[in-house]
Amino acid sequence: MIHLPVVKATDRKFEADPDNAPTEDIREELFQLEKEGELEVIRVPDNYIELPTKYGRMKKIPVEKTWHHKSCGQCGHIPGYSTSIFWLNRQFGLDYYDPTDQTSCTAWNYYASATSNPEAQAAVAIRNFAAADEVGYFPLIHCGTSFGHYKEVRHALVHQHDLRRKVKKIMERLGKKLVIPEEIVHYSEWVLAMKDRIAERQEIDMSNITATVHPACHYHKLIEEDAIYDSEIYGAQRTAIVTGTLQALGINVGDYSTWFDCCGFGFRHILVSRDFSRSFSVQRKIEVMKEEVDPDIVVTHDTGCVTTLDQSQFAGRAHDKKVGLPVMSDSQVAALAMGAHPYKVLQLHWHNTDNKPFLRKLGLDIDKQWAEFQAEVDLIKAGKKEYMTWEDADK
Amino acid sequence: MMALDLSQNKHADVSYEEKERLFEEVKADERWHHVLYGCYECGICVAACPSARFYDFSPRVIAQAVAREDIDLIYTLMSDSIWDCSQCFSCDRCPRQNSPGQIITVMREVAVKNGLQTAKDALQGYGRIIYKIMATGSQVSPDMLQPDAFPDWGTHVYEIAENLEEWRRALPPETLHTTETGWKVDQKTIIELYLIWHMTGVMDLIEGVDEGLFMILVDVMEERLEEAGYDDITFD
Repeated sequence: MIHLPVVKATDRKFEADPDNAPTEDIREELFQLEKEGELEVIRVPDNYIELPTKYGRMKKIPVEKTWHHKSCGQCGHIPGYSTSIFWLNRQFGLDYYDPTDQTSCTAWNYYASATSNPEAQAAVAIRNFAAADEVGYFPLIHCGTSFGHYKEVRHALVHQHDLRRKVKKIMERLGKKLVIPEEIVHYSEWVLAMKDRIAERQEIDMSNITATVHPACHYHKLIEEDAIYDSEIYGAQRTAIVTGTLQALGINVGDYSTWFDCCGFGFRHILVSRDFSRSFSVQRKIEVMKEEVDPDIVVTHDTGCVTTLDQSQFAGRAHDKKVGLPVMSDSQVAALAMGAHPYKVLQLHWHNTDNKPFLRKLGLDIDKQWAEFQAEVDLIKAGKKEYMTWEDADK
Repeated sequence: MMALDLSQNKHADVSYEEKERLFEEVKADERWHHVLYGCYECGICVAACPSARFYDFSPRVIAQAVAREDIDLIYTLMSDSIWDCSQCFSCDRCPRQNSPGQIITVMREVAVKNGLQTAKDALQGYGRIIYKIMATGSQVSPDMLQPDAFPDWGTHVYEIAENLEEWRRALPPETLHTTETGWKVDQKTIIELYLIWHMTGVMDLIEGVDEGLFMILVDVMEERLEEAGYDDITFD
């Protein structure tokens, strides 16, 4: 009889070897094209932290001098998401830029309706990158789809000379250069890179909290080698993003069987075929999390995921589905841990599913905090104040 | 659930030559050489696909139809199934490195570019979104949060709609005080976006799929472009 050693999956350790990565290092191609005068590379500013990607290559994550490429859905419907990112930057006294010379990446529409083409998509991307470069800052991408899409645009521009030529011509007409960042960086990578500094300043104990994490499809499925992996987290068998941040905050992260499934967003579906989004989100994500983990909160890192997982639960209640899990972004949870106001900063009143039990479990006096926010709104309504300022938010 | 009719006769009114022409257009796309390498028929793409769980939709059928160059079936899929795809790219798990999701992206683009009726049907009700992104530079705006648009999102949408102006002003970042766009976008930035739409043929594409929307967009853009000194927006 032959005895074969049995290795349990949990005993295996994935050792990433960048020298034997199955994919090219796009950055080498970028610098080569720059030497040939084809484009210019926007360098990551000096103050950066390195994190490992899927095949062990190190990715530079800028700490500051970041140009915040905002997200349509975050800014439009869940604005506490981006507000929390800015709040974190301000708490650390970091130099960041919140631009008005920025458009959407327009990829949500592209994936939903196909009413565009690769040339237009690349031109929109490069116009935004050029706008960042012109003011001397480095793009930090808030949206998971923008992040994935820009990685694909970079890949296409590096490999397709004809596309490069066309986009260069468009940029010349706009008075801009063809510039591509050395790294395409998602904000959640920045949060992960900052996790120890965030944990050092943690004010709210979160050790009694259990969370489930949904990794955004366009973060880790598009150009998969450029997502953050860590051998200490899931044995590097799935992305370390979000989970690494939560663990640093003392949160227990529960595993569930449908982690790879999408949230049900569907791009066109969330806008015009929401029966699909609702069903998938509730039945394949929320109910499974509830049955297998029963967490206090679901944490994710993308616009569409927060929206779909949160908003879909309302209809689920009508069908007696196992729902009722509050959904937040990692930036909101990190800000909350550092003492950010749940309404003035996290802006949780824009979210749908009841998050009060979660906040109360953390020991927050949310009735008082809601009254504080409402007092600011009353001043605005009475015309005594035009806006709530950052200083007001920290009072 | 309605079963997808994959019979060759479904679109018998469309000539084989026309179906073949459309497929040739799909194959002419630069991405074509990096999205299809064959098919093991292993079904991993179907297992990972969210749309396959809720629609009569299969990324495997898409990959196999294009790999076999089954012109009739490809046209049938292009006329229906492709709009069920969630574009999540979970199917990129394919052990042959196929990307059915990317194949669909290209097929959708060809369907829209050629003004197929099914593309027009699929985009019905979606025009206001296209208008928003093309005219304002951000896809969703706070003022879209209206109860009649999102009845299934519950009563909190009423609360947001009622307090929209003040709640936007109660956001600390100055760029977020807007209600008609996700954030404040410069006039110069919008002009540059319009120029990109014109220079890349996207306006022609919109005209082919939704003439009414095209005319509205032209009206909005012309005025702003003229103000910015662009009397002639013809590019060679």
